[in-house]
Amino acid sequence: MEALLYLGCTVPIRNLNYEVSARLTAKALGITFRDLEEFSCCGFPLKSLNVEDTMVTAARNLALAEREDLDICALCNACAGTLNEVAHQIRTRPEIREKINQRLRPIGLHVEGKVRVRNFMRLLWEEIGVEGIRKAVTRPLEGIMLAPHYGCHYLKPSELNVGFDSSETPRTLSEMIGATGAEVVNYPSLLDCCGGGLLGMSEEVANAMAARKLVDVSKTGAHALVLVCPFCNVMYEGQQKKIAKSTGLDLKTPVVYYPQVLGLALGMTSEQLGFKLNRIKPASLLKIVEG
Amino acid sequence: MTKINLNRLDPQFKNRVAEQPGGEGLKACFACKACTAACPIQPLDKRYDPRKIIRMVLLGMKDQVLGSDFIWLCSSCYSCQEVCPQNVRFTEVMYAIKNLAAQEACIPPGLMAQRSLLRKHGRLYEVGEFENEKRLKFGLPPIIEHPEDFEKLLPDQSVGV
Repeated sequence: MEALLYLGCTVPIRNLNYEVSARLTAKALGITFRDLEEFSCCGFPLKSLNVEDTMVTAARNLALAEREDLDICALCNACAGTLNEVAHQIRTRPEIREKINQRLRPIGLHVEGKVRVRNFMRLLWEEIGVEGIRKAVTRPLEGIMLAPHYGCHYLKPSELNVGFDSSETPRTLSEMIGATGAEVVNYPSLLDCCGGGLLGMSEEVANAMAARKLVDVSKTGAHALVLVCPFCNVMYEGQQKKIAKSTGLDLKTPVVYYPQVLGLALGMTSEQLGFKLNRIKPASLLKIVEG
Repeated sequence: MTKINLNRLDPQFKNRVAEQPGGEGLKACFACKACTAACPIQPLDKRYDPRKIIRMVLLGMKDQVLGSDFIWLCSSCYSCQEVCPQNVRFTEVMYAIKNLAAQEACIPPGLMAQRSLLRKHGRLYEVGEFENEKRLKFGLPPIIEHPEDFEKLLPDQSVGV
């Protein structure tokens, strides 16, 4: 199957390990990603200032995708959520569609909301499936314990995820981790928000939110926390040292992206999968896998 | 407890919030507090209390709401929205409130900086040679900025003064 790969602002600049591993694993599983150079910001960063600005910024990307007649696959949870939500509004609310198209006219675009937007995990879940992943695995990650973190915009608002996953008892990421042969580790704060949304407003509150999960996961003995969102990564990987220092906790939890561990199970090397960009090295994980 | 001066309340405030995109569900609130119980921010910073914010809006405490720091503490996790029995959609109501605050020019400086970057580059981070050289090392295609649409798409005056 073919989809337009939507990178957003953060992933292609700050999370090359996510991008490179997503591209490699998708290709290995028979998914063809096409790049669209004109894609820009999804509009989410404008939402607090002006919801309509967010909608037109998102709609610009949706209109570009419609011209290509291809669905979108977004790597970032916030991008996927925003594009999906705006596509939904355009489809279901004619007055909003009209208003957005008025504002798109000066740049020569028109949107109908025909394009389907999925995050990378939903694409894997629906197009490849857990069984498909399991069959493609050539190097099962036996002896590896991994803790999933979904992220809020992966699961919510739940009306955008009907038929995919549950916001209260999610399973898709966990099952796709299990398909790699690794053991899925459960922990009390599984559904916690990372706090990334307010890092710019109150670092103290944001860090306190992230700290609980880091403590829980470190107690489980998991080899890594598995993410699919660059904003969650800012908190769990980027802020981890600061959180450890301010709380006095002994934290050293490696943080990896799902396609990185999937890639290992598909037989790719840690170098190909960009592991050298992971700031807290998953050394024991890589030692078990690669020797 | 702070006293509320009835003469300084704005009875139209709730209507203005409800007219913003996303603010429509506000008046359905029956104050059950499920939102506050589900909120991960509230236990860490008592000033941010979803039910209380709704009450303040319904009472017309416009200046105390729009001029406050606490309205910017929502992490947009949708926990409140998921548990609401009245379909208030409080996460979206918070955006409606922040949009009004922005119109009144009560905006945290970081957010305005992001908007300026977006108008100039079409993205949150400027992409230069350095970034694309690094991408090339990983075999990734270059990112090319397409900012030309954004000055037309995001008018200078659509936010505050």
